[in-house]
Amino acid sequence: MSVPSSSLSRKSGDGVSDQFPAGLRVLVVDDDPICLLILEKMLKKCLYEVTKCNRAELALNYLRENKNGYDIVISDVHMPDMDGFKLLEHVGLEMDLPVIMMSADDGKKVVMKGITHGAVDYLIKPVRIEALKNIWQHVVRKNKDEYKGKDCEQTGSVEDGEQQQKPPEDAEYSSSANEGNWKNSKKRKDEEDEAEERDDTSSLKKPRVVWSVELHQQFVTAVNHLGLDKAVPKKILELMNVPGLTRENVASHLQYRLYLRRLSGVSQHQNGLNNAFMGPTDATFGSMSSFNGIELQALASSGQLPPQSLAIIQAAALGRATNKSPVPVPLVDQRNLFSFESPKLRFGEDSLLNNNSKQINLLHGIPTNMEPKQLATLHQSAQSLGNLNMQLQSQSSQSGSLLTQRPQSQPRTPLLNEINGSHVSTLPSSLGQPIMSQALPSSVLPRNGIENVRGGTFGSVSQPSSALDFSVNHGTEFPGNSFPLMSNSGIPILTSKGMLQEEVKSEMKVPRGYLPNYDTFDELNQNRTQDWGVQTDGSTFDVSQHSNLQGSLDVSPSILVQQGFSSNLKSEQSRNIPVSKATFAVGDSRAGNISNPSQQLNSSPADISQRIKAERLPNMGFQNTFFPEQFGQDDLMSALLKQQQEGTGAVESEFGFDGYHLDNLPV
Amino acid sequence: MERNLHRQLANMKKSLFDQGYLDEQFIQLEELQDAANPNFVEEVVTMYYRDSARLIQNIDHALEKNPLDFAKLDNYMHQFKGSSCSIGAKKLKNECTQFKEYCETGNGEGCKRTFQQVKKEYAALKKKLEHYFQFARQVGPVEKACRPK
Repeated sequence: MSVPSSSLSRKSGDGVSDQFPAGLRVLVVDDDPICLLILEKMLKKCLYEVTKCNRAELALNYLRENKNGYDIVISDVHMPDMDGFKLLEHVGLEMDLPVIMMSADDGKKVVMKGITHGAVDYLIKPVRIEALKNIWQHVVRKNKDEYKGKDCEQTGSVEDGEQQQKPPEDAEYSSSANEGNWKNSKKRKDEEDEAEERDDTSSLKKPRVVWSVELHQQFVTAVNHLGLDKAVPKKILELMNVPGLTRENVASHLQYRLYLRRLSGVSQHQNGLNNAFMGPTDATFGSMSSFNGIELQALASSGQLPPQSLAIIQAAALGRATNKSPVPVPLVDQRNLFSFESPKLRFGEDSLLNNNSKQINLLHGIPTNMEPKQLATLHQSAQSLGNLNMQLQSQSSQSGSLLTQRPQSQPRTPLLNEINGSHVSTLPSSLGQPIMSQALPSSVLPRNGIENVRGGTFGSVSQPSSALDFSVNHGTEFPGNSFPLMSNSGIPILTSKGMLQEEVKSEMKVPRGYLPNYDTFDELNQNRTQDWGVQTDGSTFDVSQHSNLQGSLDVSPSILVQQGFSSNLKSEQSRNIPVSKATFAVGDSRAGNISNPSQQLNSSPADISQRIKAERLPNMGFQNTFFPEQFGQDDLMSALLKQQQEGTGAVESEFGFDGYHLDNLPV
Repeated sequence: MERNLHRQLANMKKSLFDQGYLDEQFIQLEELQDAANPNFVEEVVTMYYRDSARLIQNIDHALEKNPLDFAKLDNYMHQFKGSSCSIGAKKLKNECTQFKEYCETGNGEGCKRTFQQVKKEYAALKKKLEHYFQFARQVGPVEKACRPK
């Protein structure tokens, strides 16, 4: 086997690289002692390092204790204490190791199940030694792909992309007074994020795929295209057509989404947002997609979704994305998951994180990612979002409030959408917080709490529920971040967003002071594998913390908002703004992100709608990692947009918040 | 003389294969034997009989219940089948498969009938293998795994 030992040595630990695959560290899990003994003997004959285990829980403990102590796991399907597929899921999510399933059962259904759950191989018992001799290929493949994926991600990731984009964008949109601040902070954030991310990503130990917003977008698109039922990792992978991405990556991502969806579905009854991401199995998925456009429209038309709600929705979406709290997903994972949605969510992320509900995600994304300018807009939207949150919570018509809010912030409709979906609850919190400057109660709203805050702060946003619902339903990726903020309140939202971001960061290790950090958010996402949901619990929105944010936001919020929005609008098509990290750099005048049509939370519904229509929400590089697919941000955004304008085109869902070009904001 | 013993042993093994008691998996196990584990196969088989006795009992008890819990039966049998095929017990594996099919269709009678067969095969194989290993020990530890002609 001629494998480059150097690259492998890293992952397989020390020593064995030269004789690879000899020394491959295998963990075998099987409740049958006979099989276990035989397998152990066979693996030893292949010169592997074998650890055998007869219980799944025990195996997980081994793996958790020694994160890099194993290269591959072989597990039986039928085990008394834990289903083999469950173990497979856990390993995929937590450790991202290749897992081989095995069973005496060779029924097609079971084998299919193994594949869809992300197993790299399925062996039929009795297992022959020849089959075991080749298992090293899965290790090599995974690492190679991950590494490559990571590289690709990195280069195209938000952090990188954003960083690169920042200068030009900044130049373009440096019109707002706060922009400079934001930019600076954002840059700082970016750098920090990048550094952090690099640490994570550049390590070859176990390269993880960074699910940037773009990547996530592609994922969402693929899933939507396939339909929930048919969205199996292999097909998704093919549709996505991303070099370096492995089916395993997709499978874990899908599982994560499913997981999130389950969580969000429970909390918010949103069918739309997360559904899409929850995975094919979830019915919500379907609903989500459908929800996106239709619901948004409905919401919009019904006027139920005030801008605020939109924000809330976004927040919700964000929150949803971050709903992972129960799952001890490493930050990386989170990042991955949310990256797609997160761009938007970034803002709301902070706040969203707190809420385990996905809602928070939205919210987080919003503030955090948004650049100062955006923040301003966000402020406004935040306010509206605040309301939204409230509404979201109730998950009523989302569109109404959110959309209305949009006028100001335009850009973030998509966010709101997203938020609505899952993060309805989060939105409020996130929004509430950042907006605190405006009116947000200082209490950071944990996701759940967000609602409260929102209610308080966003008195204006009265429709949060609707808005939230909206997002919730959508499941579209709604760069919640950008939106909520942008909506109505514009500035408020911004602040909130920024705050949220910071909040989120703090929880997630995000540098707080930095408000609209989409970058931060990215960083967050990346660094934090934790559930976003967890983070948002309360701490995310430390409004007080984000005083700086607020401060910056306060700066002619309206202007900011507008600008942010306009810029977003402009960039609408820039969906593909590398969402990584802070696409939403609020201050960044990254018009791109927010410009996504769906995202445009533009304050003026009309404007927004128009814009949104025209533009597809830029990939909200916002927090790529941030928004879990749950919300189909795109869908959400588009939905929101539609609401606003009656028909906003579905946005790509990238709530590229980062591009709140304040300049563009329709005043 | 030794050659004779070896040949006898080889013949024994051959007949076991020919009669369908054992399959390729048994060879795989034998190939795992080496100087460090000269009696690996015997150890595994011994462990198998010890472990599976419990399973047989469970299935027996479950079959006495009324009404039959097919899911449980299927579960037990799945475990038993897994172990059996790991040692290369061919006939036994086939009976297990049959049993599982009856479980799926909810055929209680079929299950009971098949299980009687399972127990018969189980006992028969045990005797044959015991005999085989006894002989193998006599012949000497350097019994290399060889495919029956």
